[in-house]
Amino acid sequence: MDDCHGPSVATLPPPGTSGKQHIVAIVGPPNSGKSTLFNRLTGLRQKVANFPGVTVEHRMGRAKLGHLREIFVVDLPGVYSLQPRTEDERVTHDVLAGTMKGLPKPDAVMLILDSTNLSRHLSLAAPILSLGLPTLVILNMADDLHGRGGEVDAKELAKQLNTPVVLISASKGTGVEKVFEFLNGAPQHLPPKPPLLQLPVLQNVPQVRDWAANMSRRTNFRAPAPPLWTRRLDGIFLHPVVGPLIFLLVVIGVFQTIFAGARPMMDAVAAAIQTSGKWIQGTMPDTALRSLIVDGVWSGVGSVIVFLPQILLLFLFIGVLEDSGYLARAALIADRTMARIGLQGKSFIPLLSAYACAVPAIMATRTIENKRDRIATILIAPFMTCSARLPVYTLVIAAFIPEKPLLGLFFGTRAAALLGLYVLGFLAAIITARLLKSTVLKSTRAPFILEMPPYRWPTVTSLVLRLIDRARVFLRRAGTVILAVAIVLWVLANLPLHNGKPPAIGESIAGMIGHAVEPAIRPLGFNWKIGIGLITSLAAREVIVGTLGTIYGIEGTTQSMGLQAALRHDLTPGGAAALLVFFAFAMQCMSTVAVVRRETAGWRWPIIQFAYMTVFAYVFAFLANRIVSLWF
Amino acid sequence: MSMQMHVNKTAHAGPRNLTSLKKGESGILERIDMSDVDAQRLMELGFLPGHSVTRAHAAPGGDPRVFRVDGSEVALRRETAVHLILR
Repeated sequence: MDDCHGPSVATLPPPGTSGKQHIVAIVGPPNSGKSTLFNRLTGLRQKVANFPGVTVEHRMGRAKLGHLREIFVVDLPGVYSLQPRTEDERVTHDVLAGTMKGLPKPDAVMLILDSTNLSRHLSLAAPILSLGLPTLVILNMADDLHGRGGEVDAKELAKQLNTPVVLISASKGTGVEKVFEFLNGAPQHLPPKPPLLQLPVLQNVPQVRDWAANMSRRTNFRAPAPPLWTRRLDGIFLHPVVGPLIFLLVVIGVFQTIFAGARPMMDAVAAAIQTSGKWIQGTMPDTALRSLIVDGVWSGVGSVIVFLPQILLLFLFIGVLEDSGYLARAALIADRTMARIGLQGKSFIPLLSAYACAVPAIMATRTIENKRDRIATILIAPFMTCSARLPVYTLVIAAFIPEKPLLGLFFGTRAAALLGLYVLGFLAAIITARLLKSTVLKSTRAPFILEMPPYRWPTVTSLVLRLIDRARVFLRRAGTVILAVAIVLWVLANLPLHNGKPPAIGESIAGMIGHAVEPAIRPLGFNWKIGIGLITSLAAREVIVGTLGTIYGIEGTTQSMGLQAALRHDLTPGGAAALLVFFAFAMQCMSTVAVVRRETAGWRWPIIQFAYMTVFAYVFAFLANRIVSLWF
Repeated sequence: MSMQMHVNKTAHAGPRNLTSLKKGESGILERIDMSDVDAQRLMELGFLPGHSVTRAHAAPGGDPRVFRVDGSEVALRRETAVHLILR
């Protein structure tokens, strides 16, 4: 439920007084520490962007140099070569060749390599140096290299490659000042002379690899001892019995913390919003403006901001799992189970993240190279119970299901209902995945390849940057789309004026729209007020809570009731069940539609997905209404 | 299902491949029997003919398996590993 605005198209800000903006690109293989270095260089002055016409994402940031000077740094996707076989490789190649639309040719390149795996990583130096751009070769993970008894002569490598080489540790920050020095001189750097060891003419994999091996031999590279800790830890995390147990504990731990651990923080945020709302109510004169601010903006936007702690906790977990290297192990363990529904281990983490929000989950599917697996994962991700459904579930469950203990004190009827809704979404996802993978998205036999990076301590800087980024995106959405919906709804609910006074809600424009859709949703047990909620919740699911709050707050008969009592007054138990089921299955989220369009590079999949999910939701909500109405 | 197909499917009938390696065992890769694009990707990760491959851990149930190659560890499913032929 965050990331509403997909990353914007790559554009550079207007040139400053200095004239031309200088750009330096960071290139490197996956797991070489590109992002860590990028974060070190740019801090908070960064944003995610997309190149026009392709689905590959890159990050752009400003590195502050001395004397009020800045330089733009572009973080390109991780690649092993520049053979334009995958989209990532093509984008990296085009950017460096200066043929990418929307981005001028970079003034220089920073090639970042993992020094603990230098012989292999140096392979990427061959195609990069062939481009003839000024290049700084950065050997990262120096601490790890030395810690495991490895060695590399950076000076000798610089001589051999005929281009500057620095040895750094991006996570510890050692040596980063040398990178800044390079950035400082970026506009004046000259193209490199060819390396002493002639670059392979045919840049195929075996030849490039031989060149890299010879090169590292010439610089007295001593490979480090195998990562003992990683092997020891894998002995535990990939143990046939202990491994899956730890995996389950991790998944349960993530869930427990998100739902139970976030509660006090969410309550605190909710209390703060309520208190400040009352304060505004007390200080402002009783005008239409006050009504707009308190009833429209504060209750609408406030009901969404409450979810910030939950979102941040989830991303903290994903950050720790990813940065530590456990995520790859989790994908390995999950692979066989995921294979049963036609997917693969790499789909597991995006689907797990979809429990927080489908938008970052869909963006996380980029790690899946197999296009069909990726699209299948994108299409089922919105069935996972995202946190935006929680406010709707919580409200309806609390209003209609009395709390009774089922299993002692820890598991009651309400928790069971909530769990049931999670299971429902999960089942819908499995059924859909099977359907897709046995028909339109039947896989080509592309191999499943998963690199297992060594375990590393996650750094606080990287985690904090990630969380700030998430919080920014989430709050921006609350401040734009949700704010706009709240204002528009308030206006529609208060017009047309009757004798200078706002109309009864049923006679307002919003009410008329609700009445217009009522015939279509009556079979589900919904009336026109729920209809307004369904329409406004197209923007985002949780908006329905704010909308109902606004409608019931304005309407006379329900004004004095709490939201729960008002709902009970308005909905039959069958209608309530239908509402829950509808929200479990429907794709009520424009942000998701937008991100699917971007990630699949077209309208085809998002339209199919939206139609499929809406029909699915309508049919099952209808059945739920009928079945529940038999008993209650 | 004919008898012929059944014989072809068993690992022992064909040449030695990555799935024949037991945990901790190494072998020298001879060739990759896959399309050029797939073979190139595997080669970039270190699965180069003439290089040594060591079998490491595996997921519970034994599939996918992790292989140590050229200084890093890469997990492959059984269906992929059978196409990497050992000397």
